[in-house]
Amino acid sequence: MFSLLRSMWLVFLHMFHKRETYQYPEERAPLPARWRGRIALTRDPDGGERCVGCYLCAAACPVDCISLQATEDEHGRRYPEFFRINFSRCIFCGFCEEACPTYAIQLLPDFEMAEYNRQNLVYEKENLLINSEGKYPGYNYYRVAGMAIDGKAKGEAEHEEPPVDIKSLLP
Amino acid sequence: MSAGHYWLVIGGVLFVILNTAAGLIWLERRMLALWQDRYGPNRAGPFGLFIVLADTIKLFFKEDWIPPFADKVVFVFAPAVVVASVLLSFTIIPFAPNVVVADFNVGVLFFLAMSSMGVYSIVLGGWASNNKYALLGAMRGASQMISYEVFMGLSLMGVVIMSGSFNLSEIVAAQKNGWFILPQCVGFFIFLIAGIAETHRLPFDIPEAESELVAGFHSEYSGMKFGMFFIGEYMGITLISSMVVTLYFGGWLGPAFLPPVIWFVLKTFVFIMLFILLRASMPRPRYDQLMEYGWKILFPLSLVNLLITAAIKLLI
Amino acid sequence: MGVFFYITAAIAVFSTAMVVTRFNIMHALLYLIVSLLSVAVIFYLYGAPYMASLEIIVYAGAIMVLIIFFVMMLNLGPESTRLEKQWLKPGMWMVPALFCVILLGELVYLIAQNHTPVTGIKEVPPKAVGRSLFGPYILAVELSAMLLMAGIVGAYHLGRQQPKTLHRFLQSKPS
Repeated sequence: MFSLLRSMWLVFLHMFHKRETYQYPEERAPLPARWRGRIALTRDPDGGERCVGCYLCAAACPVDCISLQATEDEHGRRYPEFFRINFSRCIFCGFCEEACPTYAIQLLPDFEMAEYNRQNLVYEKENLLINSEGKYPGYNYYRVAGMAIDGKAKGEAEHEEPPVDIKSLLP
Repeated sequence: MSAGHYWLVIGGVLFVILNTAAGLIWLERRMLALWQDRYGPNRAGPFGLFIVLADTIKLFFKEDWIPPFADKVVFVFAPAVVVASVLLSFTIIPFAPNVVVADFNVGVLFFLAMSSMGVYSIVLGGWASNNKYALLGAMRGASQMISYEVFMGLSLMGVVIMSGSFNLSEIVAAQKNGWFILPQCVGFFIFLIAGIAETHRLPFDIPEAESELVAGFHSEYSGMKFGMFFIGEYMGITLISSMVVTLYFGGWLGPAFLPPVIWFVLKTFVFIMLFILLRASMPRPRYDQLMEYGWKILFPLSLVNLLITAAIKLLI
Repeated sequence: MGVFFYITAAIAVFSTAMVVTRFNIMHALLYLIVSLLSVAVIFYLYGAPYMASLEIIVYAGAIMVLIIFFVMMLNLGPESTRLEKQWLKPGMWMVPALFCVILLGELVYLIAQNHTPVTGIKEVPPKAVGRSLFGPYILAVELSAMLLMAGIVGAYHLGRQQPKTLHRFLQSKPS
């Protein structure tokens, strides 16, 4: 009996507590930097797109919402011809981000993606590609991995180490 | 009392009660939010007051659906019973000197009779829905309300003994020299608890119990028929609060700097807040716990209270 | 007063007739409640407000709810309605109906004989009811109290549960 009255009193005291609500449209909840929200394709520091069309994100996607077609430009650099994410299927698991070898596909802390028309939830490459380096500023995949050009294979240029032999157990 | 005054009182009471019941939708949500560190409805209109309007419009325009497996006549009839019985109970409540619809000399008994009629809305609504959750809710509601009615009546009798009348105006007048809350505080607590059970409000919302029985007896109801149950519940809160005020807290009596009606409304409002606070803070008891609590604690307690009150009245 | 009486009496008679003729037991019970309510109104009209309230509280409010409660538990469906229809053949209700008609005729005859219009209705306040109950009729009150006590003791005895020591799965004989 006493505990009931005590809990009533404690609940009553909550009248004078601060309210926890975020008044959403005016006031936004601070989202952490690694919040898994809208998926975007980022660019490298030079402004070129990072995606190399390796299909790893599409393979990793558990709901198969990513579809792309890789192609090559005149220098042999692979890039996606189209890149399409169906956000009405996407579950924002972040597996695509983990799978991506070039940090191209990233989940950004943004959730305001509601649409009146379901078809509008299918984002094409021009919708996905943002003019930013995302969470990894200054990272350029080919600067780290090296790139074979005519007459020089990987690791043969100046200030380059030979690539790691992934088949060997030795360091 | 002239005829014009009489019709004015009826119209005024009806207007105030229905608007209070509607306003309680907003008030309850705001207060619950306040006690849970939230804001509650605050977008539509000043302080979100227009949510009442929006809710009403929504209820009116919802499809008035009767399930094909339901007993149609009884299904339609049941929600009307709750509103009718609660509204009829309001006729006997003295809001101020001379502001009472029917100055019945068996007012208290009439209140009890009407609250026992209110059981039918739950029972019939649950039965006519032809749905197992509704039926379970109806059975729980029937047994809960019948048993709590018993101690409700018994706890009232202490007040009746002290004032020597069933007439509510006379009961209020008998409290001129001191409210009945002091000598009848046991009766007050029993009446309050039984009143909460009678309106099947939380924590005693066992007939509805949305976590176990979907929505209990009104699972199948929609539109304005559900709205009747909804409004009936809020009117029940107002009714029990105003009965508590009339019987134990001196009704419209109060210092003269405010008119009696204001005193009555203020006191009633305090008890409505108590109802909402109870909802905000109490867990729902299990069904057998509720019945056990009623029959094994409240029932003997109210009998003892009645006995002692009668003995003291007899000796003094 | 007379108009109100005739309206209420008509409702009472009509609803009572409906009680007897309904096939669906729930509808029959609902009509019975209406009948009880109209009887309560008649009590009130003829100066017994206390009796009227008690009629509603006890009969319409408590006993009928209990009966409805049990009917709900019995789960009677269209099947029972069909059975009811089957039983209600003219051969079944002819004789009781005949007796009822005879009784009704006697009642009408007696009422017609004693032709004094009801005037000067004296209202019986609750206090008077209490005084007569605990004055001249104290023995009857005490006797009925004893009867109710016996009923409560019996109900407690029937409803008492044996304390269970074993889980129901472990009990050897089904209980």
